[in-house]
Amino acid sequence: MTVTALLPELTARAEDIAHTRTPTCPCGATGALADRPDGTVVRHADTVAKAHAPDTDAGELARRLTVSAGLPDVFLPPLGPAPADLHGRLVTFWPYGSPVDPDDPDAAPWEAVGTLLALLHRARLPEAVPKMRGPLKAARAVAGLRAVGDHPAAAPVLRAWAALPAWARAEAPMPRPAALCHGDLHLGQLVRLPEGPWRLIDIDDLGAGTPAWDLARPAAWFACGLLPGEEWTRLLDAYRAAGGTAFGPGDDPWTVLDVPARALTVQTAARTVTKAVTEGRDLDELDRAVVDACRRMAAIPGQLTHKSTK
Amino acid sequence: MQCPKCRAPMHTYNRNGIQIEQCSGCRGIFLDYGELESLTRLEAQWSQSAPPPVPPAAPQAYPAAPQPAWGAPHGGHHYGHHRNKGFGRMLFSS
Repeated sequence: MTVTALLPELTARAEDIAHTRTPTCPCGATGALADRPDGTVVRHADTVAKAHAPDTDAGELARRLTVSAGLPDVFLPPLGPAPADLHGRLVTFWPYGSPVDPDDPDAAPWEAVGTLLALLHRARLPEAVPKMRGPLKAARAVAGLRAVGDHPAAAPVLRAWAALPAWARAEAPMPRPAALCHGDLHLGQLVRLPEGPWRLIDIDDLGAGTPAWDLARPAAWFACGLLPGEEWTRLLDAYRAAGGTAFGPGDDPWTVLDVPARALTVQTAARTVTKAVTEGRDLDELDRAVVDACRRMAAIPGQLTHKSTK
Repeated sequence: MQCPKCRAPMHTYNRNGIQIEQCSGCRGIFLDYGELESLTRLEAQWSQSAPPPVPPAAPQAYPAAPQPAWGAPHGGHHYGHHRNKGFGRMLFSS
């Protein structure tokens, strides 16, 4: 089924569901929220329909959906207990939630990120849960970089990747004990219902894994100088206060964050360079910040001492 | 008094009549209500009456967050002038 055929059909499904939820649907705010190879998301009023990636495993998605439905304090609750089939594409339905305002960095919900991740990591790990897919996403980003060919910035990124332990490259099992993890945490993964608290969305990478992975993307932003230390500290403090399990109460978080934060920095750099090559443009200052961090990693073997910025 | 950040004991110092609490563990400094203003006032008087002026110590409620050795030099945040652009990157999968 082509994407051009998918969009209108998905929109019609969203409209059908929206009209079962409210007899007086305003039929406003209809349109595509995302249309990428890894998922197409459309909205009709207060209902969202997501067509998952074509290679999505039906059994794994169903289990992930069940797990998320069982954690209403953490995840936006799905509409319906099982994925639907739309001409071979798996579709899930969700209430529409407002995203983080991209124009107001000061209003970013860093405490909510920390608290939601802590609650998720503390949740009972179900027996039948797929693996968290974070390392796999990093490996795919690096494969994508290799596929676009030579670029001066590719070498330091690939060197930093090669220096990572096998588990962080999705070539060996993740360290135990495992916890329930989101797997692809960023600020676009938080939404809230009207008058409601923040909740996580996007269950495609949810599963059992190393909880530090979920903190590693903000950690990487901080280490690359994109996220101010004060905001990073707010996130970490909220995570600690809510009993997050990625590191012990008195522990230095970087003992567990170092490897996954390196992996997320490599992943970000790989995607950034791939995108720049594909679009035929130079790296900008923010792109270079993540590539430079990869360059510095080569000189500093993993799990050595960290420095204080003070 | 215990440090609200790391729970180590806080020690009280007196600087020109202003009480400053410093943590014996993380070295973070706490100022009570009005103390920052008092310090600023003192600093203004100092620079008027006794050159050369001494730069005021930046009051820091918390110590800077630790970061890995491969982190950006000098730590912290280098893209203040690109704040919204950098923030935009945090809203998408990378």
